[in-house]
Amino acid sequence: MFILITGLLLGGTYALIALGLNLQYGVARIMNLANGELLVAGGFAAFWLYTAGQVSPVAALLVIAPVAFAANWLVYRIMLVPLVKRAKSRGALEVDSILATFGMSFAFVGVMSWLFGGGYFNYAFLATPVDIFGSSYAQNRVVAFSLAVVIGGALWLWLSFTRAGLNLRAVSVNPRSAPLVGIDVRAASALAFALGGAVTATGGALVSMFFTLDASVGVLFTMKALIIVIMGGVGDIRGTIVAALILGITETAVARLIDPGLTLAAAYFLFLLILLFRPQGLFGRAQG
Amino acid sequence: MSTREIRNLIVSAVLLALCALLPIYGSTTMAMFAVLATSWALFSGPTHYISLATAAFFGLGTFVTGLWFQTLPFWTLPLIAAVAGAALAALVGLVTLRLSGVYFVIFTLGLAEMVRQIFTWVQNQTGARGMYVLTSLTEKEIFWMLLALGTLVYLAGWLIGRSRLGFALRIIGNDETVAKHSGIDTARAKVLLFMLPGATAAAAGAMLAPRYIYIEPATAFAPLLSFQVVIMALLGGTGRLWGPIAGVIPFTLLWEAITRQAPNQTLLLLGLAFLLIVYVLPGGFVGLWERILRRWRARG
Repeated sequence: MFILITGLLLGGTYALIALGLNLQYGVARIMNLANGELLVAGGFAAFWLYTAGQVSPVAALLVIAPVAFAANWLVYRIMLVPLVKRAKSRGALEVDSILATFGMSFAFVGVMSWLFGGGYFNYAFLATPVDIFGSSYAQNRVVAFSLAVVIGGALWLWLSFTRAGLNLRAVSVNPRSAPLVGIDVRAASALAFALGGAVTATGGALVSMFFTLDASVGVLFTMKALIIVIMGGVGDIRGTIVAALILGITETAVARLIDPGLTLAAAYFLFLLILLFRPQGLFGRAQG
Repeated sequence: MSTREIRNLIVSAVLLALCALLPIYGSTTMAMFAVLATSWALFSGPTHYISLATAAFFGLGTFVTGLWFQTLPFWTLPLIAAVAGAALAALVGLVTLRLSGVYFVIFTLGLAEMVRQIFTWVQNQTGARGMYVLTSLTEKEIFWMLLALGTLVYLAGWLIGRSRLGFALRIIGNDETVAKHSGIDTARAKVLLFMLPGATAAAAGAMLAPRYIYIEPATAFAPLLSFQVVIMALLGGTGRLWGPIAGVIPFTLLWEAITRQAPNQTLLLLGLAFLLIVYVLPGGFVGLWERILRRWRARG
């Protein structure tokens, strides 16, 4: 029971991070490998606002999300649109975007460790226990999970029931047919990329409430988000959430029952199963 | 063989002999990256699949040496490592190369880290820690071994370029659907070719292990190596067999200079190099050189 709840709490936050990546990859077709660094940036912003300005991380989200949105929109418009324009095929765009976002992520880690040193940063926010079903859990984890549920739910409602959300889903399904029904694909992609970035940075701020981050930890989160997106299926919100919860529970179980040093190996085990048996994602249909 | 091929062969042999006479300071590192980047480009050049698994294979090789250098003669270790590396590459390839390229990139991205976690765990279970690799091998001997390995890689690359497999891979790289429709077993071709950089990197790791003296999972599987290899190969250009070396030489020099001056800036350099390749030099130095040649000929 303890493993299950801890895993769920962890998985909820993973889901938010992976949703951000899924928006960027599913709609904008950019395989963003700087995703984890964005998360670290979000976490660092929350840390900085909390320690320097006594701003609660929950309130800080109101600043972090719009800033991340704007920054990602600019990155897409300036750095990635040239790649989209010159790409001859989806594969070529993938290779280019992988290399470009690797470049951004290394440059980011380089600048971060130059400015702030390679130190770890964490802060004590709501580090008091709460009781659920007889065991106690850190309150910050519960808060992070609840916020992730609220934000993820809002995102799902927006994507499912608004005109703009419908546009994004249409681009995700078929970017070449979307212009035929009057959708501006480039604007929709920029919006999805920016929104995905904002969601990931928010996830980073939530993770920083209970997780010690440092400048170089980003790639680990990128890896996990990628595995979740592939498990859940590209462009599939429901699948992403289920996959994130499975990963959270598996990781917690492995860390607790076998060895805490094996979390990535556990994630890889799931990845391997998916690749072997359901490469189209948990709920995906095989392509004809 | 045409006269041109004979000429190329003679030129290569002379260059090789020159290299063998030149084991100067720093050349071992350069030879290591030349071997790794060239073998990387053999697979990733024609297929455009970015492999980030080099560190996993390399670390596997260093562990082969670390575990058995006392019980087995040294010359067998690179061979064992090569077989182990090829086997790991075949496993990774069988799982991911049936699918689209993204799966492959993602899987290789975390591969070194995953293998490191498993090795650490096994060591914790058995109570073993890192290992000392103390041999009487000198820097010069390691350099010559790497040179021999590099020669093998070049020969393999040249032979593959002439073979049916090489032809099949060029078709796959241009258009996988066309390749499938012309009866090429694309997954098989890709897995076979991927075993080559796997075996090479593992053999290189086995040869270089004595240089590290002390081996532990955290250093043997450092993921940075994979990225350095990718950068060097792409900077040189993967379109020609000699391309990666054209990237290895300037980049290792620059890297060493930066490491000595400002060790914190190496990651920034890596990032900027990636961006440079994507936005300014898409074909690497080879692409640049060929563009210049074409312009020159058009004018003449």
